[in-house]
Amino acid sequence: MTTAETTKTPAALGPRALAWRRRRASAARFWKEYRRHRAGVFGLAALVLFALVALTAPLTVGSDVSSVTDAPGRPLESPSGHFPLGTDQFGRNLLGLVIWGSRVSLLVGLLAAVLSVAIGAVIGITAGHFRGWYATVMMRVTDWFLVMPTLVLAIALATVMSRSLGTIVLAIGVTTWPTTARLVRAQTLAVESRPYIERAKALGGGHWHIMSRHVLPNVMPLVLAQTTLIISSAILAEATLAFLGLGDPTVVSWGGLLQDAREAGAVSSGDWWYLVPPGVAIAVVALAFTLCGRAVESVLNPRLGVSR
Amino acid sequence: MTAEATPSLVEDAAATGPAKSGPAGAGRAPRARTTTAYLRYVAGKLVGAAVSLLAVLVTSFFLFRLIPGDPVKFMTGGRPVSAEQIAAYRREFGLDLPMWQQFTEYCGKALTGDLGTSYQFHVPVMDKITEALPNTLVLTGTSFLLYTALGIFLGTRSAWRHGGLGDRLNTGLALTLYSIPSFWLGLLLIIVLSVGAGPVPGLFPTGGMESGGKEGFAYIVDVVHHLVLPVVTLVAVEYGQTLLVTRSALLDEMGSDYLTTARAKGLRDDLVRRRHAVPNALLPTVTLIFVNLGRTVAGVILVETVFSWPGLGGLFYQALSVPDLPLVQGLFFVFASAVILMNTLADLLYPLLDPRVGR
Repeated sequence: MTTAETTKTPAALGPRALAWRRRRASAARFWKEYRRHRAGVFGLAALVLFALVALTAPLTVGSDVSSVTDAPGRPLESPSGHFPLGTDQFGRNLLGLVIWGSRVSLLVGLLAAVLSVAIGAVIGITAGHFRGWYATVMMRVTDWFLVMPTLVLAIALATVMSRSLGTIVLAIGVTTWPTTARLVRAQTLAVESRPYIERAKALGGGHWHIMSRHVLPNVMPLVLAQTTLIISSAILAEATLAFLGLGDPTVVSWGGLLQDAREAGAVSSGDWWYLVPPGVAIAVVALAFTLCGRAVESVLNPRLGVSR
Repeated sequence: MTAEATPSLVEDAAATGPAKSGPAGAGRAPRARTTTAYLRYVAGKLVGAAVSLLAVLVTSFFLFRLIPGDPVKFMTGGRPVSAEQIAAYRREFGLDLPMWQQFTEYCGKALTGDLGTSYQFHVPVMDKITEALPNTLVLTGTSFLLYTALGIFLGTRSAWRHGGLGDRLNTGLALTLYSIPSFWLGLLLIIVLSVGAGPVPGLFPTGGMESGGKEGFAYIVDVVHHLVLPVVTLVAVEYGQTLLVTRSALLDEMGSDYLTTARAKGLRDDLVRRRHAVPNALLPTVTLIFVNLGRTVAGVILVETVFSWPGLGGLFYQALSVPDLPLVQGLFFVFASAVILMNTLADLLYPLLDPRVGR
């Protein structure tokens, strides 16, 4: 995104229009490169599909699909024409539950990843910009979080806080940011060593100006790729916490469905049709985000050789 | 976690250029000169590890004091108990003391290896941990060796023939398995191979570590039989990362001049790979291998829970559901210090393997 555009620009355009034109051009260039990664396109298609399913869930299944009191079927029915994926131990329609669960799983994954990347980006940029004791302390803290077993810490946090979606988001968000912080700091250091930062300083640009106007736009692509990758692990972490019984018991999520299945004895009675759909959904979404993230990463940094 | 961290190492290797023949050959002579430097480096890393361990100790104490509610209520399980009994409980677990005194006592005892008494089992936490530790080591050790070997082997193959069908299948499979929740894979394996689905009979036990009543060789066979499914689950979800890092590290080495030289000397293709390319490419992988153990710790909680393996992970799950404060606290400390120790070990080994680092 930093390479200069070579197209001739008519003098009539204002600076704002010029900037927009440049952004459009670089977005187009990005898309052209991205399209060449077949796995990335596949991942993107899967994500669009899942997003549509989750967004239209109120129209297709409705929130009363998770109601235990007036369930439409008998408990633990095998798949049939009426219930394509069977029913759970309360007689609820499993297909509806899996569709409804996508909302929570995706939402928690997105929010947790945004929180994690936001913390990581802020700490990374500030630690790269302000040198000295602040950076030392921040990088110490980052290293400290980096060596902690993420899941164990997230479990501990989820245990000590009340059972709610906010808790899950917080527990995942505050335990997964250190890698982002390290990456962003390295990129910030690289950006700040360039001459135009010196020029900005010489012209009187303050800390805030440099960080928000010069460093942030250059760090943004990296942050974007990192977000996509973290969403996938956040969705897995959400499923794990819900499976361990640390999620909000009142909402339906994929991990929660798996926990329900285990508690209903689906394993010992061999009811595979109860277990398979939520797990496949988790795996497909996590894979789709990973594929997208890797494609974005290799477009931005071809040296990584991710999918040569 | 570490897949993102490795490119910098790879870049670092590329920036130094191909002016080295291999980690074993280089740096032999200057080693004696830099022994003091290395010792200083070791001391720094050890101090860092000690500080981290202390921080873990403090965190584990205060984090779990945040749990709302009275621990005595958890212990009695809601049964009606007399005020004297509650007071006795409080005295037994030192809960009648002020917070700072509990803390100093906890730290002092922890340094002598005493992590308190479990609310749930009424035995010292340390006893529970030492009892479960060997079982966990058997499980993690076996899976760790297998997934590291598998990851390096497949990663090398993949990179050497990159872009081919084998590479694409390999990478695709690794990414897919990497996206699968380990506990779900475990449950499916239990259904298909233990409970038996359709024509497949139950081949493996559904959980536990032994059937009991066996001795000598029969006992070992029995444990291995119980070990198969948990190990398969752990290996399946973990090998992908090793594969991907080995692959990208080797891809980075492949354009190097020294490989062209090796080929020009007339070396066979697999000798070029085994003797020249792989040793250099393994450097970033070594760090990952150790840090991966941290992820394995987390994976082991789920896998042990699903397969009722009598190890630390299963114990952690049991302790969480009570919640058994001293036990959770102690296990948290054990898990975190395992990761810290492994990271420190990786830090100490790395300069010995790669003369360009830490000197």
